[in-house]
Amino acid sequence: MTVKRISKNTRTTFITYGFVAAAFAVLQVLNSSGDLSPLLSGMLIPICAWVVMAISLNLTVGILGELSLGHAGFMSVGAFMGTTAAIALQRSVESAPLRLAIAIVVGAVFAAIVGFLIGIPVLRLNGDYLAIVTLAFGEIIKSIFTNLYVGIDERGFHMSLLKDRTDLLPGGKLIIAGPMGIGGVERISTFIAGFVLIMICLIVIFNLVNSRAGRAIMALRDNRIAAESVGISVTKYKMMAFVTSAAMAGGAGALFALNYSTVVANKFDFNNSILVLVFVVLGGLGNMLGSIIAAAALTILPEALRQFADYRMLVYAIVLILVMLGTNNPQIKNAFATCFDWLKGVFRKQSAKVSGERKEV
Amino acid sequence: MSFLNFLISGISLGSIYAIIALGYTMVYGIAKMLNFAHGDVIMVGAYICFFAVSRYSLPPLVGILVAMVICTLLGIIIEKLAYKPLRAAPSLAVLITAIGVSYFLQNAAQLLWSSNPKVFPMFFQRMVSKTTPDGTVQIVPVNGIDLFGGELRVSYVTIVTILVCLIIMLALTAFTGNTKMGKAMRACSEDKDAARLMGINVNTTISVTFAIGSGLAAIAGVLLCSAYPTLVPTTGSMPGIKAFTAAVFGGIGSIPGALLGGLMLGVIEIMAKAYVSTQLSDAIVFAVLIIVLLVKPTGLLGRPVREKV
Repeated sequence: MTVKRISKNTRTTFITYGFVAAAFAVLQVLNSSGDLSPLLSGMLIPICAWVVMAISLNLTVGILGELSLGHAGFMSVGAFMGTTAAIALQRSVESAPLRLAIAIVVGAVFAAIVGFLIGIPVLRLNGDYLAIVTLAFGEIIKSIFTNLYVGIDERGFHMSLLKDRTDLLPGGKLIIAGPMGIGGVERISTFIAGFVLIMICLIVIFNLVNSRAGRAIMALRDNRIAAESVGISVTKYKMMAFVTSAAMAGGAGALFALNYSTVVANKFDFNNSILVLVFVVLGGLGNMLGSIIAAAALTILPEALRQFADYRMLVYAIVLILVMLGTNNPQIKNAFATCFDWLKGVFRKQSAKVSGERKEV
Repeated sequence: MSFLNFLISGISLGSIYAIIALGYTMVYGIAKMLNFAHGDVIMVGAYICFFAVSRYSLPPLVGILVAMVICTLLGIIIEKLAYKPLRAAPSLAVLITAIGVSYFLQNAAQLLWSSNPKVFPMFFQRMVSKTTPDGTVQIVPVNGIDLFGGELRVSYVTIVTILVCLIIMLALTAFTGNTKMGKAMRACSEDKDAARLMGINVNTTISVTFAIGSGLAAIAGVLLCSAYPTLVPTTGSMPGIKAFTAAVFGGIGSIPGALLGGLMLGVIEIMAKAYVSTQLSDAIVFAVLIIVLLVKPTGLLGRPVREKV
């Protein structure tokens, strides 16, 4: 019988799946037995949403190699469209999980459409210029949702910008109310749904990365001109990664929004785009497991730092700077390595001593 | 006349953006990094000037000088502690560190000075004695001049802002063009290794760039808060983002580009507020930015970079 060698890629993939599944199992058991602190159990769904955001942005930044500063914009699209769908279907679809699934799909589809429309101009640019245009789109999306009014009545959907001109028939309902956002949302998100969404996104990303298209995308990242010269279509593959990433962010947005009773556009501003970028860079570019751990850890960290009370965000900032310095400065890295070597040396000496003593006896 | 009024306030706002954008563009040109903490240095400058003037009752000019000195020191310290150790690191790592510094400054400001909004004092006004209809003489502050029989009103803040912006631009152009340090800066932004071979101390040059940018940020903070007098720990972040877009708009790395980009952004923002919609003005500003970048991908005055195979 021949033993098949498992490639390093496959191993990483399965370690990631295994880690997520194990973390889910442990948390689910703890949660149902009531051993989890109320704080943490309330944060399970947001953690899932931020994890999905982080791995989806990692697809754009780590795999495609383009800096995006407007990822929260896609989350916003997913949140508003998903919640609107959930509210509109409240009567026709009885089962809450099914409604949640539809909401997430609707959010993802709308975010993908917006991602495609934004991608047409954005992906023609490179580097920092691309980053600033994604930032601009994020702000535009926020502005639009702050001023959008959407209502539903027997005649269907009505929408208007700036002022409420939806003219709903009696019995109709104003869903998105401009700066007030969406209120009175039924909280139907569940931790299981979050876990399923993470797994689906991971499967999509790993299969994309290990496919012909994924290799083309990574070739574009490593050397665009060389990739172009062997016949890889820049626009097609960039767009593929960008739209996939946007769709996942949309799904995450719907999951996130349906965990709260209100949705407002200001929740998804530039700071959140930056926060997700921090998860990705801290976890390691292109490293999905790293993104997952970083997203979970940094979502819990501000809550875990509650003992520092007023100082918690200050401590958070210092931790962030120190981690970046520790992982990127060659001198500090060397210092760590020297410490490690020294420790190893000490242990070796001790073991040598022990064995020497034994010999004497 | 109202159009002229809007144009002048647009230019004034644009001048503030331009001064902030200078900090971004100079640092980007030389260190190739987006210094996200720049907007928060503005906020620190405004707070220091506020306390110098209202608590220690120093004259405004001294307050501004104190703010400039402290911000310059702050810029140098940030550069030394957070950015210098990462000189060889990938640019994204430096970007995240800058974000960390930005969080740090905002939260430190919140702890030190609380998040209650402070009302910035009016610096640019003069006292005029006026006779009221019932015969008493009152001393009233006047904060602007009226032109064309009162149809056009220009506040002193506006005039000072525009003048200061012009002076800074001229001074910086002279500095980078004629002095030894200025030439070193340009050399470093062209090619760091070649500059090092010519005997230029690259580290010092980068520190000086940060110092100048942060000093300018203090001026921008004072001008910003004189025009919009509410001061909170997040005051600097939105103008920071706008100024950053202004720098990109004009072509990042170019000093005249920062001026042009800042002015255009300010005028577009005020015009959009006046004629289209107040709530959507930000969206319009960013939409114009996107269109400009699509037509001219390196900004208005940016030099196109040749791609080498």
